[in-house]
Amino acid sequence: MGATIIEKIVRNNTGKEVHPGEIVTVNVDRVMIHDIFIPFVASKFEEMGFTKIWDADRAVLIYDHLVPASQVDDTRHFRIGNEFAEKYGMKNVHRADGICHQLMTEAGYVKPGDIVFGTDSHTTTYGCVGAFSSGIGYTEMASILGTGTLWIRVPETIKVEITGTLPENVMAKDIILKLIGDLGADGATYKALEFTGDTVENMTVASRMSMANMAIEAGAKCALFAPDEKTAQYCGITLTEKERDLTGDADAQYCRVIQYRAEDFVPVMACPSNVDNVKPVSELAGKEIDQVFIGSCTNGRLEDLMAAADILKDRHVAPFVKLIVTPASRKIYREAAANGTLEILARAGAIITHPSCGLCCGRTGGILTDGEVVVATNNRNFLGRMGTSKVEIYLASPKSAAACAVEGRIIVPKVK
Amino acid sequence: MDKFTGKVWVLGDDIDTDIIIPTEYLALKTVQDMAPYAFSPLRPELAGQIRDGDMIVAGKNFGCGSSREQAPEIIKALGVRCVIAKSFARIFFRNAINNGLLLIENDKLRDAVSEGDEITVVLNHFIEHQGAQYPITPLPQNLVEILNAGGLVQAMKKRNNSKGI
Repeated sequence: MGATIIEKIVRNNTGKEVHPGEIVTVNVDRVMIHDIFIPFVASKFEEMGFTKIWDADRAVLIYDHLVPASQVDDTRHFRIGNEFAEKYGMKNVHRADGICHQLMTEAGYVKPGDIVFGTDSHTTTYGCVGAFSSGIGYTEMASILGTGTLWIRVPETIKVEITGTLPENVMAKDIILKLIGDLGADGATYKALEFTGDTVENMTVASRMSMANMAIEAGAKCALFAPDEKTAQYCGITLTEKERDLTGDADAQYCRVIQYRAEDFVPVMACPSNVDNVKPVSELAGKEIDQVFIGSCTNGRLEDLMAAADILKDRHVAPFVKLIVTPASRKIYREAAANGTLEILARAGAIITHPSCGLCCGRTGGILTDGEVVVATNNRNFLGRMGTSKVEIYLASPKSAAACAVEGRIIVPKVK
Repeated sequence: MDKFTGKVWVLGDDIDTDIIIPTEYLALKTVQDMAPYAFSPLRPELAGQIRDGDMIVAGKNFGCGSSREQAPEIIKALGVRCVIAKSFARIFFRNAINNGLLLIENDKLRDAVSEGDEITVVLNHFIEHQGAQYPITPLPQNLVEILNAGGLVQAMKKRNNSKGI
């Protein structure tokens, strides 16, 4: 019988055939810890009685949620992180290079077929290069640092097949939002998502990242894209035979198959205050807004900023709207500066911030208050996520967000 | 047979981790510091009302959202004996077990109870509410071992002590 991508990854890792529902112990290829949780990881690690990290080069520490510090106690996290890294010989520490989920693949820490865990739910992102990656808590992270292993339940797989050409005003973000709306916030709980079809094959790795990033919003354990030539180029590698084989077999068992025609997609938004509350932008048109946020590990990449710039070129944001743009990494920031994208955005009135999690996790850079409305390209619109619990958050693609910023109200981005 | 009785607090579907503890309080020093803000976006008064031994009964997908482990830790710190929900989000589920917070999955109880009702949990067997019994599906053995050790930290301590490192 054939296997799904996740079954192949776990099989290669454990050296035995596996089936959905089985509990197995995997050898971890890489772990990621971010600034919010490092103090907790550090104390649990020592409390457990460990004295060395199983393989310090496999651990990556990234400061992003608290960078730069916005509250007086934030720097304590950096200090504890620095001490922990020094004490246990961790060399992979990023102190202001960008958002963890961007850096893990951008800086080459994750390769196709790897098994990666991170102390953040959006760790599903690395499925964009065909890695099994998932979020865990800090206690489990501490135990991995000591043992190099973790138990998992082999998930069933939902196959999502998308074929055809997307309308020009539709982005990968619209696809994943539509899918989350169709599945519901728990529609993929404990399961793997596997994306296939020529629409997906024609997508950039950056677009695949946006989709894998949000898989957790349907409860998924991971989201996988079969590695191809684009993946190889992005990772700077030549695919091995084993990596090439990381596709879903024709006779693999899927618990569900969902098919979409790319031509049927329209721009959509996730409405307050659940990510699965998804509606076509056309149904929301006219609603006045106070702020637009373009950034995050979901949509802070160069292609996202360029898509926004394409709409904002020679135009200006509405006078009462604050447009906040946050590139996902320093590399993207520099590329966007070098190719003129930041210049276009700045001319249009954007407030461009340093690469970080920023507004997405509601700590810095544009917190909102009661009654305000924000159109944002990040991944969560939960109550209180970007300020008070009476802020309305609409999640959208960078194209939709940019169009709304110009109009000062929700509007469908135009097809040229 | 292990059993306990307590009062229930009733919550809805998709209670996310940002509701359980908003990000702005995550960098407070201890879980005790964070506990008063539990559930504050939804019910700011709730954290102050929960008493030792109370239970939370919720709808589907409890704990969805981020990987913040403070979510189950805070629920435990408030004195909640267990959370009974129609279903749990996966990271929250792992985090709760790792911190020794008991979770019970049951898809019927939520729609039968009202806030303030008393229920009795007979571990690994059933939940009793006003004469009706709701079955409990036992957890896999590896999770029972972690729960029995008192959480993952204790389980790892035991492992490391026995290996003498």
